[in-house]
Amino acid sequence: MTQLSVGYVPLLDAAPLIIAQELGFAAEEGLDLDLRAAPSWSSVRDMLNFGAVDAAHMLSPVPIAASLGLGGHAVPMSAVSVLSANGTVIGVTNALAEKMRGAGYTFDFNDAAVAGRALIAASATPLRIGVPFPFSMHSELLIYWLNALGLPAPQNVDIKTVPPSLMGKAMRMGEIDAFCVGEPWGSLAVEQGLGTLLLAGASIWSFSPEKVLAMRSDWAEVNPALRNQLIRAVVRAGRWLSEPASLTVASEILARPSYLNVPADILDRGLTGQFVISPQGERRSQSSFVIFHGGATQYPWTSQAEWIALQLARRTGLDREQSQSAASSVFRGDLFRDALAGSGMDVPLEARKVEGGFAAPQDVDSGFGRLSLLPNQFFDRRIFNPNTSE
Amino acid sequence: MLKHLSIIVVEQDTQRAHSIVDALRDIGLENIKVIQDPTGLARQVKAYNPDVVLIDVSNPSRDSLEELTIASDPMSRPVAMFVDTDTDGLAKAAIEAGVSAYVVDGLSAGRLRPVLDAAIARFNMFGRLRNELEQSKRALEDRKVIDRAKGLLMKARGVDEDAAYGLLRRAAMDQGRKVADVAHSLVTAADLLS
Repeated sequence: MTQLSVGYVPLLDAAPLIIAQELGFAAEEGLDLDLRAAPSWSSVRDMLNFGAVDAAHMLSPVPIAASLGLGGHAVPMSAVSVLSANGTVIGVTNALAEKMRGAGYTFDFNDAAVAGRALIAASATPLRIGVPFPFSMHSELLIYWLNALGLPAPQNVDIKTVPPSLMGKAMRMGEIDAFCVGEPWGSLAVEQGLGTLLLAGASIWSFSPEKVLAMRSDWAEVNPALRNQLIRAVVRAGRWLSEPASLTVASEILARPSYLNVPADILDRGLTGQFVISPQGERRSQSSFVIFHGGATQYPWTSQAEWIALQLARRTGLDREQSQSAASSVFRGDLFRDALAGSGMDVPLEARKVEGGFAAPQDVDSGFGRLSLLPNQFFDRRIFNPNTSE
Repeated sequence: MLKHLSIIVVEQDTQRAHSIVDALRDIGLENIKVIQDPTGLARQVKAYNPDVVLIDVSNPSRDSLEELTIASDPMSRPVAMFVDTDTDGLAKAAIEAGVSAYVVDGLSAGRLRPVLDAAIARFNMFGRLRNELEQSKRALEDRKVIDRAKGLLMKARGVDEDAAYGLLRRAAMDQGRKVADVAHSLVTAADLLS
Protein backbone atom coordinates (compact mmCIF):
# COMPACT_ATOMS: atom_id res chain seq x y z
CA MET A 1 0.00 0.00 0.00
CA THR A 2 1.23 3.46 -0.87
CA GLN A 3 -0.12 6.33 1.14
CA LEU A 4 -1.24 9.36 -0.86
CA SER A 5 -2.48 12.53 0.79
CA VAL A 6 -5.39 14.24 -0.92
CA GLY A 7 -6.95 17.57 0.03
CA TYR A 8 -10.68 18.21 -0.25
CA VAL A 9 -13.40 20.60 0.83
CA PRO A 10 -16.25 18.80 2.63
CA LEU A 11 -18.92 18.97 -0.07
CA LEU A 12 -21.20 16.43 -1.72
CA ASP A 13 -19.01 16.34 -4.81
CA ALA A 14 -15.95 15.23 -2.85
CA ALA A 15 -17.78 11.86 -2.97
CA PRO A 16 -15.53 10.16 -5.57
CA LEU A 17 -12.48 10.60 -3.32
CA ILE A 18 -14.26 9.61 -0.10
CA ILE A 19 -15.90 6.59 -1.73
CA ALA A 20 -12.63 5.54 -3.40
CA GLN A 21 -11.08 5.30 0.06
CA GLU A 22 -14.06 3.93 2.02
CA LEU A 23 -15.24 1.27 -0.44
CA GLY A 24 -11.83 -0.03 -1.41
CA PHE A 25 -11.45 1.36 -4.95
CA ALA A 26 -8.21 3.00 -3.79
CA ALA A 27 -7.05 -0.17 -2.01
CA GLU A 28 -7.66 -2.17 -5.24
CA GLU A 29 -5.06 0.11 -6.79
CA GLY A 30 -2.68 -0.32 -3.86
CA LEU A 31 -3.44 3.15 -2.50
CA ASP A 32 -4.30 4.28 0.99
CA LEU A 33 -5.76 7.79 0.73
CA ASP A 34 -5.06 10.18 3.57
CA LEU A 35 -8.01 12.53 2.97
CA ARG A 36 -7.43 15.96 4.46
CA ALA A 37 -10.44 18.24 4.82
CA ALA A 38 -9.65 21.91 4.22
CA PRO A 39 -11.56 24.92 5.57
CA SER A 40 -11.37 26.89 2.31
CA TRP A 41 -10.46 26.65 -1.37
CA SER A 42 -7.42 28.87 -0.92
CA SER A 43 -6.30 26.44 1.73
CA VAL A 44 -6.64 23.40 -0.58
CA ARG A 45 -4.71 25.28 -3.25
CA ASP A 46 -1.93 26.14 -0.77
CA MET A 47 -1.76 22.56 0.49
CA LEU A 48 -1.24 21.41 -3.08
CA ASN A 49 1.20 24.24 -3.90
CA PHE A 50 3.40 23.65 -0.88
CA GLY A 51 3.34 19.88 -1.24
CA ALA A 52 1.33 19.19 1.92
CA VAL A 53 -0.89 16.99 -0.29
CA ASP A 54 -0.18 15.13 -3.54
CA ALA A 55 -3.57 15.70 -5.17
CA ALA A 56 -6.73 17.65 -4.49
CA HIS A 57 -10.46 18.04 -5.08
CA MET A 58 -10.47 21.40 -6.87
CA LEU A 59 -12.84 23.89 -8.48
CA SER A 60 -12.33 23.40 -12.22
CA PRO A 61 -11.43 27.09 -12.89
CA VAL A 62 -8.68 27.21 -10.24
CA PRO A 63 -5.95 25.43 -12.26
CA ILE A 64 -7.03 27.46 -15.31
CA ALA A 65 -6.76 30.76 -13.40
CA ALA A 66 -3.30 29.69 -12.21
CA SER A 67 -2.22 29.06 -15.81
CA LEU A 68 -3.35 32.60 -16.69
CA GLY A 69 -1.46 34.11 -13.75
CA LEU A 70 -4.68 35.13 -11.99
CA GLY A 71 -5.32 34.95 -8.27
CA GLY A 72 -1.84 35.23 -6.91
CA HIS A 73 0.89 32.70 -6.96
CA ALA A 74 0.21 29.10 -7.83
CA VAL A 75 2.48 26.43 -9.18
CA PRO A 76 1.35 24.84 -12.47
CA MET A 77 -1.44 22.37 -11.86
CA SER A 78 -2.88 19.64 -14.05
CA ALA A 79 -6.48 18.47 -14.01
CA VAL A 80 -6.12 14.73 -14.66
CA SER A 81 -9.80 13.87 -14.29
CA VAL A 82 -13.13 15.62 -13.89
CA LEU A 83 -14.58 14.46 -10.57
CA SER A 84 -18.12 15.68 -11.25
CA ALA A 85 -20.26 17.64 -13.68
CA ASN A 86 -22.90 20.09 -12.42
CA GLY A 87 -23.91 20.09 -8.76
CA THR A 88 -24.39 23.76 -7.89
CA VAL A 89 -27.63 25.41 -6.88
CA ILE A 90 -28.81 29.02 -6.92
CA GLY A 91 -30.96 30.32 -4.08
CA VAL A 92 -32.50 33.63 -3.08
CA THR A 93 -33.53 35.20 0.23
CA ASN A 94 -37.08 34.46 1.28
CA ALA A 95 -37.91 38.16 0.97
CA LEU A 96 -36.75 38.17 -2.66
CA ALA A 97 -38.59 34.90 -3.27
CA GLU A 98 -41.80 36.49 -1.98
CA LYS A 99 -41.34 39.45 -4.29
CA MET A 100 -40.79 37.12 -7.26
CA ARG A 101 -43.89 35.09 -6.35
CA GLY A 102 -45.85 38.32 -6.07
CA ALA A 103 -44.87 39.12 -9.66
CA GLY A 104 -46.25 35.77 -10.80
CA TYR A 105 -43.13 33.59 -10.81
CA THR A 106 -43.86 29.96 -9.85
CA PHE A 107 -40.41 28.60 -8.91
CA ASP A 108 -40.47 25.76 -11.43
CA PHE A 109 -36.77 25.00 -10.72
CA ASN A 110 -36.22 24.33 -14.40
CA ASP A 111 -36.39 27.19 -16.89
CA ALA A 112 -33.24 29.32 -16.48
CA ALA A 113 -34.44 32.11 -18.77
CA VAL A 114 -37.74 32.60 -16.95
CA ALA A 115 -36.07 32.31 -13.54
CA GLY A 116 -33.36 34.80 -14.47
CA ARG A 117 -35.80 37.37 -15.82
CA ALA A 118 -37.94 37.05 -12.70
CA LEU A 119 -34.85 37.51 -10.52
CA ILE A 120 -33.58 40.54 -12.43
CA ALA A 121 -37.03 42.15 -12.38
CA ALA A 122 -37.50 41.64 -8.64
CA SER A 123 -34.08 42.60 -7.37
CA ALA A 124 -32.84 45.96 -6.24
CA THR A 125 -29.82 47.05 -8.25
CA PRO A 126 -27.18 45.92 -8.05
CA LEU A 127 -28.06 42.33 -7.34
CA ARG A 128 -25.68 40.96 -4.68
CA ILE A 129 -24.80 37.30 -5.10
CA GLY A 130 -22.55 35.13 -2.93
CA VAL A 131 -20.25 32.55 -4.50
CA PRO A 132 -17.71 30.36 -2.70
CA PHE A 133 -14.65 31.46 -4.65
CA PRO A 134 -13.73 34.03 -7.33
CA PHE A 135 -12.52 31.25 -9.63
CA SER A 136 -15.39 28.80 -9.67
CA MET A 137 -17.96 27.34 -12.04
CA HIS A 138 -20.47 29.04 -9.72
CA SER A 139 -19.17 32.47 -10.81
CA GLU A 140 -18.88 31.44 -14.45
CA LEU A 141 -22.44 30.10 -14.66
CA LEU A 142 -23.90 33.17 -12.93
CA ILE A 143 -22.01 35.59 -15.16
CA TYR A 144 -22.90 33.64 -18.32
CA TRP A 145 -26.58 33.41 -17.32
CA LEU A 146 -27.08 37.07 -16.34
CA ASN A 147 -25.20 38.36 -19.39
CA ALA A 148 -27.27 36.21 -21.71
CA LEU A 149 -30.38 37.75 -20.18
CA GLY A 150 -29.15 41.29 -20.74
CA LEU A 151 -27.78 42.14 -17.30
CA PRO A 152 -24.12 43.06 -17.86
CA ALA A 153 -22.12 40.86 -15.45
CA PRO A 154 -19.90 41.08 -13.54
CA GLN A 155 -19.97 44.88 -14.04
CA ASN A 156 -23.57 45.52 -12.97
CA VAL A 157 -23.89 42.86 -10.30
CA ASP A 158 -22.07 42.54 -7.03
CA ILE A 159 -20.60 39.05 -6.89
CA LYS A 160 -19.08 38.47 -3.45
CA THR A 161 -17.00 35.62 -2.16
CA VAL A 162 -18.69 34.07 0.86
CA PRO A 163 -17.63 30.75 2.39
CA PRO A 164 -20.48 28.22 1.93
CA SER A 165 -20.74 27.69 5.67
CA LEU A 166 -21.42 31.42 6.11
CA MET A 167 -23.81 31.86 3.16
CA GLY A 168 -26.87 31.58 5.44
CA LYS A 169 -25.44 34.13 7.86
CA ALA A 170 -24.62 36.51 4.99
CA MET A 171 -28.30 36.31 3.94
CA ARG A 172 -29.49 36.94 7.48
CA MET A 173 -27.17 39.92 7.85
CA GLY A 174 -28.47 41.39 4.59
CA GLU A 175 -25.07 41.08 2.88
CA ILE A 176 -26.39 39.15 -0.13
CA ASP A 177 -29.68 38.68 -2.00
CA ALA A 178 -28.82 35.39 -3.64
CA PHE A 179 -26.17 32.68 -3.70
CA CYS A 180 -24.77 29.94 -5.87
CA VAL A 181 -23.27 27.05 -3.86
CA GLY A 182 -22.60 23.34 -3.99
CA GLU A 183 -24.68 20.89 -1.99
CA PRO A 184 -25.36 20.36 0.85
CA TRP A 185 -25.23 24.13 1.48
CA GLY A 186 -28.25 25.02 -0.66
CA SER A 187 -30.44 22.45 1.08
CA LEU A 188 -29.09 23.49 4.47
CA ALA A 189 -30.09 27.11 3.78
CA VAL A 190 -33.63 25.88 3.03
CA GLU A 191 -33.62 23.66 6.09
CA GLN A 192 -32.60 26.58 8.31
CA GLY A 193 -35.42 28.64 6.83
CA LEU A 194 -33.00 31.14 5.30
CA GLY A 195 -33.58 30.83 1.59
CA THR A 196 -35.52 29.45 -1.37
CA LEU A 197 -33.85 27.51 -4.17
CA LEU A 198 -34.34 28.97 -7.62
CA LEU A 199 -32.37 26.87 -10.06
CA ALA A 200 -29.76 24.17 -10.39
CA GLY A 201 -26.57 25.13 -12.22
CA ALA A 202 -27.45 22.32 -14.64
CA SER A 203 -30.38 24.42 -15.90
CA ILE A 204 -27.91 27.04 -17.15
CA TRP A 205 -25.46 24.59 -18.70
CA SER A 206 -26.55 20.97 -18.67
CA PHE A 207 -23.00 19.61 -18.59
CA SER A 208 -20.46 21.85 -16.89
CA PRO A 209 -17.18 20.50 -15.44
CA GLU A 210 -17.51 21.33 -11.75
CA LYS A 211 -14.67 19.76 -9.74
CA VAL A 212 -11.46 18.23 -11.00
CA LEU A 213 -8.79 15.98 -9.59
CA ALA A 214 -5.79 18.33 -9.54
CA MET A 215 -2.10 17.56 -9.13
CA ARG A 216 1.02 19.69 -9.33
CA SER A 217 2.12 19.28 -12.92
CA ASP A 218 5.68 18.33 -11.94
CA TRP A 219 4.41 15.74 -9.45
CA ALA A 220 2.11 14.21 -12.08
CA GLU A 221 5.06 14.03 -14.46
CA VAL A 222 7.45 12.20 -12.13
CA ASN A 223 4.87 9.88 -10.53
CA PRO A 224 3.11 8.29 -13.51
CA ALA A 225 2.25 5.06 -11.69
CA LEU A 226 0.67 6.76 -8.67
CA ARG A 227 -1.08 9.23 -10.94
CA ASN A 228 -2.65 6.40 -12.96
CA GLN A 229 -3.63 4.46 -9.86
CA LEU A 230 -5.38 7.46 -8.35
CA ILE A 231 -7.21 8.26 -11.61
CA ARG A 232 -8.49 4.68 -11.90
CA ALA A 233 -9.56 4.62 -8.25
CA VAL A 234 -11.67 7.79 -8.55
CA VAL A 235 -13.10 6.76 -11.93
CA ARG A 236 -14.31 3.46 -10.44
CA ALA A 237 -15.65 5.27 -7.38
CA GLY A 238 -17.52 7.64 -9.73
CA ARG A 239 -18.93 4.68 -11.65
CA TRP A 240 -20.18 3.16 -8.40
CA LEU A 241 -21.72 6.50 -7.43
CA SER A 242 -23.60 6.65 -10.73
CA GLU A 243 -25.58 3.49 -9.82
CA PRO A 244 -28.91 4.52 -8.23
CA ALA A 245 -28.64 1.55 -5.88
CA SER A 246 -25.45 3.02 -4.37
CA LEU A 247 -26.89 6.31 -3.26
CA THR A 248 -28.22 5.30 0.16
CA VAL A 249 -24.88 3.84 1.16
CA ALA A 250 -23.07 6.84 -0.34
CA SER A 251 -25.06 9.36 1.66
CA GLU A 252 -24.56 7.36 4.88
CA ILE A 253 -20.79 7.36 4.38
CA LEU A 254 -20.58 11.04 3.39
CA ALA A 255 -22.76 12.01 6.37
CA ARG A 256 -20.20 10.78 8.91
CA PRO A 257 -18.76 13.38 11.28
CA SER A 258 -15.28 12.81 9.87
CA TYR A 259 -16.47 13.77 6.37
CA LEU A 260 -19.42 16.15 5.79
CA ASN A 261 -21.06 15.87 9.21
CA VAL A 262 -24.50 16.60 7.70
CA PRO A 263 -27.62 14.39 8.04
CA ALA A 264 -27.80 11.74 5.31
CA ASP A 265 -31.32 12.73 4.25
CA ILE A 266 -30.04 16.23 3.40
CA LEU A 267 -27.28 14.70 1.26
CA ASP A 268 -29.84 12.48 -0.49
CA ARG A 269 -31.43 15.58 -2.01
CA GLY A 270 -28.36 16.51 -4.04
CA LEU A 271 -27.47 12.90 -4.86
CA THR A 272 -30.95 12.12 -6.23
CA GLY A 273 -31.79 15.60 -7.53
CA GLN A 274 -35.02 15.56 -5.48
CA PHE A 275 -35.07 18.90 -3.68
CA VAL A 276 -37.11 20.65 -1.07
CA ILE A 277 -36.79 24.19 -2.43
CA SER A 278 -38.44 26.35 0.18
CA PRO A 279 -39.06 26.51 3.92
CA GLN A 280 -42.74 25.81 3.02
CA GLY A 281 -41.63 22.37 1.79
CA GLU A 282 -42.26 22.64 -1.96
CA ARG A 283 -40.58 19.81 -3.89
CA ARG A 284 -38.80 20.06 -7.23
CA SER A 285 -36.44 17.78 -9.12
CA GLN A 286 -33.51 18.07 -11.50
CA SER A 287 -32.46 14.74 -12.98
CA SER A 288 -28.91 15.72 -13.90
CA PHE A 289 -28.21 17.71 -10.75
CA VAL A 290 -24.79 16.14 -10.21
CA ILE A 291 -23.13 13.64 -12.56
CA PHE A 292 -20.19 11.46 -11.53
CA HIS A 293 -19.82 9.02 -14.43
CA GLY A 294 -21.15 8.04 -17.83
CA GLY A 295 -20.87 9.81 -21.18
CA ALA A 296 -17.15 10.45 -20.58
CA THR A 297 -18.02 12.70 -17.62
CA GLN A 298 -14.64 12.10 -15.98
CA TYR A 299 -12.62 12.80 -19.12
CA PRO A 300 -10.99 16.26 -18.84
CA TRP A 301 -11.75 17.91 -22.19
CA THR A 302 -9.39 20.60 -23.45
CA SER A 303 -12.45 22.40 -24.81
CA GLN A 304 -13.83 22.70 -21.25
CA ALA A 305 -10.56 24.30 -20.11
CA GLU A 306 -10.64 26.68 -23.08
CA TRP A 307 -14.24 27.69 -22.41
CA ILE A 308 -13.31 28.58 -18.81
CA ALA A 309 -10.16 30.44 -19.93
CA LEU A 310 -12.10 32.55 -22.40
CA GLN A 311 -14.70 33.48 -19.80
CA LEU A 312 -11.92 34.52 -17.39
CA ALA A 313 -10.07 36.43 -20.12
CA ARG A 314 -13.23 38.29 -21.09
CA ARG A 315 -13.83 39.73 -17.65
CA THR A 316 -10.22 40.36 -16.63
CA GLY A 317 -9.18 41.91 -19.93
CA LEU A 318 -6.56 39.28 -20.78
CA ASP A 319 -5.70 38.44 -24.37
CA ARG A 320 -8.18 35.81 -25.58
CA GLU A 321 -5.88 33.87 -27.87
CA GLN A 322 -3.05 33.71 -25.34
CA SER A 323 -5.43 32.68 -22.58
CA GLN A 324 -6.96 29.89 -24.64
CA SER A 325 -3.51 28.67 -25.53
CA ALA A 326 -2.23 28.79 -21.92
CA ALA A 327 -5.25 26.83 -20.69
CA SER A 328 -5.10 24.20 -23.41
CA SER A 329 -2.49 22.11 -21.59
CA VAL A 330 -4.15 22.16 -18.14
CA PHE A 331 -6.91 19.56 -18.64
CA ARG A 332 -4.95 16.39 -19.39
CA GLY A 333 -7.18 14.05 -21.38
CA ASP A 334 -4.00 12.33 -22.58
CA LEU A 335 -3.00 11.35 -19.03
CA PHE A 336 -6.56 10.20 -18.31
CA ARG A 337 -6.49 8.01 -21.44
CA ASP A 338 -3.13 6.50 -20.38
CA ALA A 339 -4.50 5.64 -16.95
CA LEU A 340 -7.51 3.79 -18.34
CA ALA A 341 -5.66 1.92 -21.11
CA GLY A 342 -6.32 -1.77 -20.53
CA SER A 343 -9.05 -1.13 -17.94
CA GLY A 344 -11.84 -2.05 -20.36
CA MET A 345 -13.35 1.42 -20.06
CA ASP A 346 -14.06 3.42 -23.18
CA VAL A 347 -12.35 6.80 -23.51
CA PRO A 348 -12.73 9.58 -26.12
CA LEU A 349 -10.01 9.88 -28.77
CA GLU A 350 -10.22 13.63 -29.33
CA ALA A 351 -9.06 16.30 -26.89
CA ARG A 352 -11.77 18.78 -27.83
CA LYS A 353 -15.45 18.77 -28.51
CA VAL A 354 -18.05 21.39 -29.29
CA GLU A 355 -19.54 22.50 -25.96
CA GLY A 356 -23.30 22.93 -26.04
CA GLY A 357 -25.69 22.29 -28.86
CA PHE A 358 -27.22 18.91 -28.14
CA ALA A 359 -30.16 18.01 -25.95
CA ALA A 360 -29.95 14.24 -26.54
CA PRO A 361 -26.96 11.90 -26.10
CA GLN A 362 -24.50 12.16 -28.96
CA ASP A 363 -21.99 9.60 -30.24
CA VAL A 364 -18.31 10.47 -30.00
CA ASP A 365 -15.10 8.92 -31.38
CA SER A 366 -13.73 6.59 -28.73
CA GLY A 367 -11.35 3.69 -28.21
CA PHE A 368 -14.05 1.02 -28.48
CA GLY A 369 -16.51 3.05 -30.50
CA ARG A 370 -19.36 2.67 -28.09
CA LEU A 371 -19.33 5.92 -26.22
CA SER A 372 -21.95 8.62 -26.35
CA LEU A 373 -21.86 11.97 -24.60
CA LEU A 374 -24.55 13.15 -22.23
CA PRO A 375 -26.75 16.06 -23.29
CA ASN A 376 -24.70 19.26 -23.32
CA GLN A 377 -26.68 22.43 -23.78
CA PHE A 378 -26.51 26.05 -22.69
CA PHE A 379 -29.91 27.45 -21.72
CA ASP A 380 -29.66 30.11 -24.44
CA ARG A 381 -28.76 27.44 -27.07
CA ARG A 382 -25.38 29.00 -27.84
CA ILE A 383 -22.50 26.71 -28.68
CA PHE A 384 -18.77 26.97 -28.07
CA ASN A 385 -16.64 25.61 -30.88
CA PRO A 386 -13.03 25.64 -29.62
CA ASN A 387 -11.65 25.42 -33.16
CA THR A 388 -13.41 28.49 -34.47
CA SER A 389 -13.77 30.53 -31.29
CA GLU A 390 -14.02 34.16 -32.16
CA MET B 1 9.98 52.02 9.01
CA LEU B 2 7.60 49.48 10.49
CA LYS B 3 5.52 52.02 12.31
CA HIS B 4 4.06 53.30 9.05
CA LEU B 5 2.95 49.84 8.00
CA SER B 6 -0.81 49.32 8.41
CA ILE B 7 -1.99 45.87 9.33
CA ILE B 8 -5.32 44.10 9.67
CA VAL B 9 -5.54 41.02 11.85
CA VAL B 10 -8.60 38.86 11.16
CA GLU B 11 -9.22 36.86 14.30
CA GLN B 12 -12.51 35.95 15.95
CA ASP B 13 -11.06 34.96 19.31
CA THR B 14 -10.54 38.10 21.41
CA GLN B 15 -7.71 36.69 23.49
CA ARG B 16 -5.81 35.48 20.46
CA ALA B 17 -6.36 38.79 18.70
CA HIS B 18 -4.92 40.69 21.69
CA SER B 19 -1.95 38.41 21.84
CA ILE B 20 -1.14 38.87 18.12
CA VAL B 21 -1.56 42.63 18.39
CA ASP B 22 0.82 42.67 21.38
CA ALA B 23 3.41 40.71 19.43
CA LEU B 24 3.17 43.18 16.53
CA ARG B 25 3.38 46.20 18.85
CA ASP B 26 6.50 44.70 20.38
CA ILE B 27 8.28 44.95 17.05
CA GLY B 28 7.28 48.57 16.57
CA LEU B 29 4.01 48.45 14.63
CA GLU B 30 1.47 51.08 15.56
CA ASN B 31 -1.20 50.91 12.90
CA ILE B 32 -3.03 47.67 13.68
CA LYS B 33 -6.73 46.94 13.28
CA VAL B 34 -8.51 43.77 14.33
CA ILE B 35 -11.54 42.44 12.44
CA GLN B 36 -13.52 39.97 14.53
CA ASP B 37 -16.70 39.57 12.49
CA PRO B 38 -15.75 38.26 9.06
CA THR B 39 -19.11 39.18 7.50
CA GLY B 40 -18.34 41.18 4.36
CA LEU B 41 -14.64 40.71 4.99
CA ALA B 42 -13.48 41.87 1.57
CA ARG B 43 -15.51 45.07 1.93
CA GLN B 44 -14.12 45.73 5.42
CA VAL B 45 -10.54 45.17 4.28
CA LYS B 46 -11.00 47.37 1.23
CA ALA B 47 -12.40 50.22 3.32
CA TYR B 48 -9.33 50.17 5.55
CA ASN B 49 -6.87 49.71 2.69
CA PRO B 50 -4.05 48.11 4.70
CA ASP B 51 -0.58 47.08 3.60
CA VAL B 52 -0.85 43.64 5.17
CA VAL B 53 -3.71 41.34 6.19
CA LEU B 54 -2.98 38.47 8.57
CA ILE B 55 -5.59 35.72 8.78
CA ASP B 56 -5.75 32.30 10.39
CA VAL B 57 -5.37 29.58 7.76
CA SER B 58 -8.28 27.66 9.29
CA ASN B 59 -10.66 30.62 8.87
CA PRO B 60 -13.04 29.82 5.99
CA SER B 61 -13.49 33.56 5.34
CA ARG B 62 -9.99 33.58 3.93
CA ASP B 63 -11.53 32.82 0.55
CA SER B 64 -13.21 36.24 0.60
CA LEU B 65 -9.78 37.86 0.45
CA GLU B 66 -8.99 36.02 -2.77
CA GLU B 67 -11.34 38.31 -4.68
CA LEU B 68 -9.07 41.22 -3.76
CA THR B 69 -6.33 39.60 -5.86
CA ILE B 70 -8.19 40.80 -8.95
CA ALA B 71 -7.91 44.57 -9.21
CA SER B 72 -11.47 45.71 -9.75
CA ASP B 73 -10.67 49.30 -10.71
CA PRO B 74 -7.55 51.34 -11.52
CA MET B 75 -7.63 53.06 -8.12
CA SER B 76 -7.60 49.87 -6.07
CA ARG B 77 -4.36 48.34 -4.88
CA PRO B 78 -4.42 44.65 -5.76
CA VAL B 79 -3.63 42.37 -2.88
CA ALA B 80 -1.54 39.28 -3.31
CA MET B 81 -1.07 36.31 -1.14
CA PHE B 82 2.43 36.56 0.23
CA VAL B 83 4.18 33.90 -1.81
CA ASP B 84 5.36 35.62 -4.97
CA THR B 85 8.14 37.59 -3.33
CA ASP B 86 9.09 34.74 -1.07
CA THR B 87 12.68 33.64 -1.34
CA ASP B 88 13.40 31.67 1.80
CA GLY B 89 10.32 29.62 2.55
CA LEU B 90 8.81 32.27 4.82
CA ALA B 91 5.36 31.85 3.28
CA LYS B 92 5.49 28.09 3.72
CA ALA B 93 6.58 28.48 7.35
CA ALA B 94 3.69 30.87 7.89
CA ILE B 95 1.11 28.51 6.38
CA GLU B 96 2.48 25.64 8.43
CA ALA B 97 2.21 27.74 11.56
CA GLY B 98 -1.39 28.50 10.60
CA VAL B 99 -1.28 32.11 9.42
CA SER B 100 -1.61 33.40 5.90
CA ALA B 101 -0.58 36.87 4.86
CA TYR B 102 -2.02 39.02 2.10
CA VAL B 103 0.07 42.00 1.10
CA VAL B 104 -0.48 44.90 -1.24
CA ASP B 105 1.39 44.87 -4.47
CA GLY B 106 4.92 46.14 -4.20
CA LEU B 107 5.50 45.67 -0.49
CA SER B 108 9.05 44.41 -0.11
CA ALA B 109 9.82 41.10 1.54
CA GLY B 110 12.35 42.86 3.78
CA ARG B 111 9.66 45.00 5.40
CA LEU B 112 7.32 42.08 5.79
CA ARG B 113 9.84 39.71 7.28
CA PRO B 114 9.75 40.93 10.92
CA VAL B 115 5.95 41.09 10.82
CA LEU B 116 5.63 37.53 9.62
CA ASP B 117 8.32 36.30 12.00
CA ALA B 118 6.36 37.76 14.91
CA ALA B 119 3.07 36.33 13.63
CA ILE B 120 4.59 32.91 13.02
CA ALA B 121 6.07 32.79 16.52
CA ARG B 122 2.70 33.68 18.01
CA PHE B 123 0.78 31.19 15.88
CA ASN B 124 3.27 28.44 16.69
CA MET B 125 2.64 29.12 20.34
CA PHE B 126 -1.12 28.84 19.80
CA GLY B 127 -0.59 25.61 17.89
CA ARG B 128 1.29 24.15 20.85
CA LEU B 129 -1.36 25.34 23.29
CA ARG B 130 -4.09 23.85 21.11
CA ASN B 131 -2.29 20.51 21.00
CA GLU B 132 -1.80 20.50 24.73
CA LEU B 133 -5.45 21.35 25.25
CA GLU B 134 -6.55 18.54 22.95
CA GLN B 135 -4.25 16.11 24.70
CA SER B 136 -5.51 17.01 28.14
CA LYS B 137 -9.12 16.84 26.94
CA ARG B 138 -8.45 13.43 25.50
CA ALA B 139 -6.77 12.27 28.71
CA LEU B 140 -9.79 13.43 30.70
CA GLU B 141 -12.19 11.57 28.42
CA ASP B 142 -10.04 8.45 28.60
CA ARG B 143 -10.08 8.57 32.37
CA LYS B 144 -13.84 8.94 32.42
CA VAL B 145 -14.41 5.94 30.18
CA ILE B 146 -11.87 3.83 32.11
CA ASP B 147 -13.69 4.68 35.34
CA ARG B 148 -17.00 3.58 33.83
CA ALA B 149 -15.48 0.34 32.54
CA LYS B 150 -13.96 -0.35 35.97
CA GLY B 151 -17.37 0.20 37.54
CA LEU B 152 -18.99 -2.24 35.12
CA LEU B 153 -16.36 -4.90 35.83
CA MET B 154 -16.59 -4.42 39.61
CA LYS B 155 -20.34 -4.99 39.44
CA ALA B 156 -20.30 -7.87 36.97
CA ARG B 157 -17.36 -9.80 38.44
CA GLY B 158 -17.61 -8.75 42.06
CA VAL B 159 -14.01 -7.53 42.23
CA ASP B 160 -12.44 -4.42 43.71
CA GLU B 161 -11.23 -1.41 41.76
CA ASP B 162 -7.60 -2.50 41.47
CA ALA B 163 -8.58 -5.95 40.22
CA ALA B 164 -10.97 -4.38 37.68
CA TYR B 165 -8.20 -2.18 36.35
CA GLY B 166 -5.90 -5.24 36.23
CA LEU B 167 -8.46 -7.05 34.04
CA LEU B 168 -8.63 -4.11 31.67
CA ARG B 169 -4.87 -3.81 31.48
CA ARG B 170 -4.37 -7.52 30.82
CA ALA B 171 -6.97 -7.48 28.05
CA ALA B 172 -5.25 -4.45 26.52
CA MET B 173 -1.87 -6.14 26.61
CA ASP B 174 -3.23 -9.38 25.15
CA GLN B 175 -4.87 -7.52 22.28
CA GLY B 176 -2.10 -5.00 21.74
CA ARG B 177 -4.51 -2.13 22.36
CA LYS B 178 -4.65 0.81 24.71
CA VAL B 179 -6.45 0.45 28.04
CA ALA B 180 -8.73 3.33 27.06
CA ASP B 181 -9.71 1.57 23.81
CA VAL B 182 -10.57 -1.66 25.61
CA ALA B 183 -12.57 0.33 28.15
CA HIS B 184 -14.38 2.07 25.32
CA SER B 185 -15.37 -1.24 23.69
CA LEU B 186 -16.64 -2.56 27.00
CA VAL B 187 -18.72 0.53 27.70
CA THR B 188 -20.19 0.49 24.18
CA ALA B 189 -21.05 -3.21 24.46
CA ALA B 190 -22.62 -2.68 27.89
CA ASP B 191 -24.73 0.18 26.53
CA LEU B 192 -25.98 -2.09 23.74
CA LEU B 193 -26.79 -4.95 26.11
CA SER B 194 -28.55 -2.89 28.76
